[in-house]
Amino acid sequence: MTTERRSTGPRRHNPDSLTTGVLWISPWILGFVCFLAVPIGLSVYYSFTDYSLLDPPEFVGWDNFRALMHDALFWRAIRNTAFYAAVTVPGGLVLSLALALLLTPRTRTARFARAAVFLPTLVPPVAIAMGWMWLFNPRQGLINAVLRSLGFDGPDWLGDARWAMWAMVLMTMWGVGGAVVIYLAAIQDVPRSLYEAAELDGASRARRAWHVTLPMISPAILFNVVVGLIGSLQMFALPQIMTRGGPDFATYMYTQHVYANAFIFGRMGYASAAAWIQILIIAGLTVTVLGASRRLVFSRGA
Amino acid sequence: MNLPPDDHAGPQVPARGAGNPGTKARRHEGTKGRTESQVPARRTGLLAFSLLTATWLAALLFALPLLWIAISSTRSADQALEAGLSVLPAALAVSGMVISSAVIAYGFSRVQWRGRDAVFAIVLGTMMIPFPALMAPQYLLFKKLGWIGTFLPLWLPAWFGGAFSIFLLRQFFRTLPRELDEAARLDGCSHVGIFLRIILPLSRPVLATVALLHFVYTWNDYLGPLVFLNHQRQYTLALGLQMYQSQHGGTPWNLVMAATVLTIAPVAAMFLAAQKAFVEGVATQGVKE
Repeated sequence: MTTERRSTGPRRHNPDSLTTGVLWISPWILGFVCFLAVPIGLSVYYSFTDYSLLDPPEFVGWDNFRALMHDALFWRAIRNTAFYAAVTVPGGLVLSLALALLLTPRTRTARFARAAVFLPTLVPPVAIAMGWMWLFNPRQGLINAVLRSLGFDGPDWLGDARWAMWAMVLMTMWGVGGAVVIYLAAIQDVPRSLYEAAELDGASRARRAWHVTLPMISPAILFNVVVGLIGSLQMFALPQIMTRGGPDFATYMYTQHVYANAFIFGRMGYASAAAWIQILIIAGLTVTVLGASRRLVFSRGA
Repeated sequence: MNLPPDDHAGPQVPARGAGNPGTKARRHEGTKGRTESQVPARRTGLLAFSLLTATWLAALLFALPLLWIAISSTRSADQALEAGLSVLPAALAVSGMVISSAVIAYGFSRVQWRGRDAVFAIVLGTMMIPFPALMAPQYLLFKKLGWIGTFLPLWLPAWFGGAFSIFLLRQFFRTLPRELDEAARLDGCSHVGIFLRIILPLSRPVLATVALLHFVYTWNDYLGPLVFLNHQRQYTLALGLQMYQSQHGGTPWNLVMAATVLTIAPVAAMFLAAQKAFVEGVATQGVKE
């Protein structure tokens, strides 16, 4: 901000008082305290209590965390969520980059395809779930009908523990449009002159994409990877609606474990402890990714 | 981010019809000469803003009966009434989000105060807090306040701004030339005046983007209503849809698909009408400074 002001010249008007500034952002401060800071503070406290909603919370120290370590479903949920993130984050990265490069041209078809790719990101999760349950239907569904016409015998996607998680992955890939839009915007910001210079040096299309486009849009890639990672570790609606975490807990995600404990079993203390482990995992992985990216991400130094 | 503050932006399309009287008035006043333009400037600012609001309201009012008919066709009269009423919390959430976030974003972009950018970093940081971690303590808080089973938790927090909306608006406000503020200040304009007469009228495209994106968020939200509502009769469309599945044992897929189409329809219609606003709003995320 200071640099911006300096660049407009020596003319500087008086800064406003702190009171004026705080007054303008006071709605945010109120909301932050009431709906974020207080609940977060309470949840730290609850995670060290036995709290069943009916009785007042009772302090139990680290008991909830110790119990979680011996909770088979907790570990199942961790394994499922880790697998889901490990497949969808890199898979989504490759798919969305490929789509963005494919849809960059300013042709009519590309414009239509851009809309088609983005539209699914606006569809409510429940509608996604219902629509795809129909598509995944083993006998009447579109997917198995296509497979049958190709001579394959499609699985019972959502009813088979070996396939249910892959069904979730497939649906997630369908919702990759948000990242594509961000990449498209980043690609448009790459200076033309860089491509012209690379072309003069005899670089092929593929090499220009690899050596010019990718480094130039690496900040957008980092953003999408971090957002995708955080999102995938919170996956909830689709498995909750479509499979209830089944069959045989094959799609039981971490957030479902938090939700079930809090609102089905009424174990608020236990659920708060589980939620805090989730926050710490997400924060830890985010910091790791941001740290590892420091050498990989190109910054324009502006 | 490059949202041009002109008439080409997507969300302007529905506003254009109703905007005609406004442009006519402005042109008329323009002929009186520059010296008299103080008063019109204030009027056109407020006029433009209220015209936009009126246009959206009109569109909503005209679309509502159709939506109602569509909903009624798949539900009983009682349920249709309640589904219709559930548009109200969404409208309250969207208007609250736009108004409060615009005020807050002004405080983070056009008001100079010490520690501003540090506080803004906290705003961005709150975007990282996962809702699953908040839902249990928020539920308990709302329970103490007696809000569980009412629509309050679904719209009232929106009146305190949202990190992403604040971010989007701040990015846009920062691109507006500072000379505008200074000229207005010399004319004796206060911050409130600058905000209402200069910043808001110039920011219509991005305000529309924020409104659209937050409407989609509210409309699609699954976990929020699931946690904070406890009665099926209050379920929002996004939540009620899944009841077809459990209620009718054999799952009547044609009915389910009809209901699914209904749930998607408003969002899809908005997207087609204002594609650019959506796309630019999303694209801005990736180019943080």
